[in-house]
Amino acid sequence: MTFDDEPLAGENLPILPGHDSPGRFERVLRAGYFAVTAEIAPPDSADPQEVYARAALFDGCVDAINATDGSGANCHMSSVGMCALLTRRGYSMIMQISCRDRNRIAMQGDVLGASAMGVSNILCLTGDGVQSGDHPEAKPVFDMDCMTSLQMLCGMRDDGEFLSGRKITAPPKVFLGAAANPFAPPFDYRPLRLAKKVAAGAQFVQTQYCFDIEMLKDYMSKVGDLGLHKKVFILPGVGPLASAKSAEWIRTNVAGVHIPDAIIKRLAGAQDQKQEGVNICIDMINQIREIEGASGVHIMAYRQEERIAEIVEKTKVLGDRKPWHPNR
Amino acid sequence: MKTVRYWSVNNARWLRWLYKGIETCLTAIYPLLKSLGHQRLDRAFAAVEKRVKGFLFDSKSCGQCTLGETGMACPMNCPKALRNGPCGGVRANGHCEVDRDMVCVWVSSWEGSQRIGNPESTIQIIQAPVDVRKKDTSAWLRAVRKRLGVET
Repeated sequence: MTFDDEPLAGENLPILPGHDSPGRFERVLRAGYFAVTAEIAPPDSADPQEVYARAALFDGCVDAINATDGSGANCHMSSVGMCALLTRRGYSMIMQISCRDRNRIAMQGDVLGASAMGVSNILCLTGDGVQSGDHPEAKPVFDMDCMTSLQMLCGMRDDGEFLSGRKITAPPKVFLGAAANPFAPPFDYRPLRLAKKVAAGAQFVQTQYCFDIEMLKDYMSKVGDLGLHKKVFILPGVGPLASAKSAEWIRTNVAGVHIPDAIIKRLAGAQDQKQEGVNICIDMINQIREIEGASGVHIMAYRQEERIAEIVEKTKVLGDRKPWHPNR
Repeated sequence: MKTVRYWSVNNARWLRWLYKGIETCLTAIYPLLKSLGHQRLDRAFAAVEKRVKGFLFDSKSCGQCTLGETGMACPMNCPKALRNGPCGGVRANGHCEVDRDMVCVWVSSWEGSQRIGNPESTIQIIQAPVDVRKKDTSAWLRAVRKRLGVET
């Protein structure tokens, strides 16, 4: 999507009144469009071409790309590195920042660096425990948590101060995000937890994979009762499952992902399970867009990133909108 | 000693009442206590707290106690040291993502907060990140000093 005042391809936009960032993602959401974000898989490599190739898969079908920060506690190229490469090409990035590997000094430094490179969106996460990744012997940091890091970043942006109170000469202009998981216990606390994140400074939120639409609807109605859908943009997470077997593996081994039996049955009964996984994802998106308070979807298609264009195309969630991309 | 820890959460209501009572008493006699000298006093209190809170709550003696606001569940038992949990990794049975034999500290905290009543005034408070310099110092005396307005 282009904007009237877009100065140069890839350069940040002027910050509109009432906006916090110069990014396209905040503009799309505040303009009331149904937004699409996707997660890019960081390579186990130092080759920038791999990053560009992976980002190009999303050209024209997503409004922003999440660069994960050692997701699943596995080592990959850093989110700062990914964002440095991709913002240079003009991509709209959501830099994920986890509390597992860095203390408050490193996190604040990274935020300044990222903002200087043109990152307009930052998503604060607590992060997966080290035991779930490929370096279980590593020392977990967790100096901050998602809530306090949101507050810290708010302080940097709005008060122009580090956590220590020292002044920042040019504060980072960032749109702040958080994660939510409506599908893990304690269920009755989850909407309140979102309220707490909003109080800490979250402006948009992306959720864990949704495979249970009723559960999401229930959560969203409670979120609505708290009036949160008017204070934060909510993008439920979706994704294609590769097969019944992999769905079974995910629900046993990946913490916090809830997959109902009905979904596994539907996959197992299909001739082409991979296609059925995509179909389920499309169905989810079509149902999510009907939910009041859902401002978009966040597509996590791990190792199936090439299917995202098809998913977005078939759901027509973007309408006649074509998000800006450098290869247009 | 998870059993004792779970018991404490089950009895969060009166334990918190007791906790607040101790705080009030200490606040009343603080001027007297202070005459013993800050360091000596802090060391003695920290030693008592370590034993009492260690037994009841598996306290990690961070020196910045949140028990009264986290349903009498010590957040430092969370493997991610989340002061504002729970994370998104809680298992379907309410157990911890990292330690599958342990009830998630924050599932406990939510239960305890509901027992105490008015969870809005406790669990919804955003807890500041830990100040590592305060480890093994007395959290009780710190709470008293805060109440008296001599420490922020």
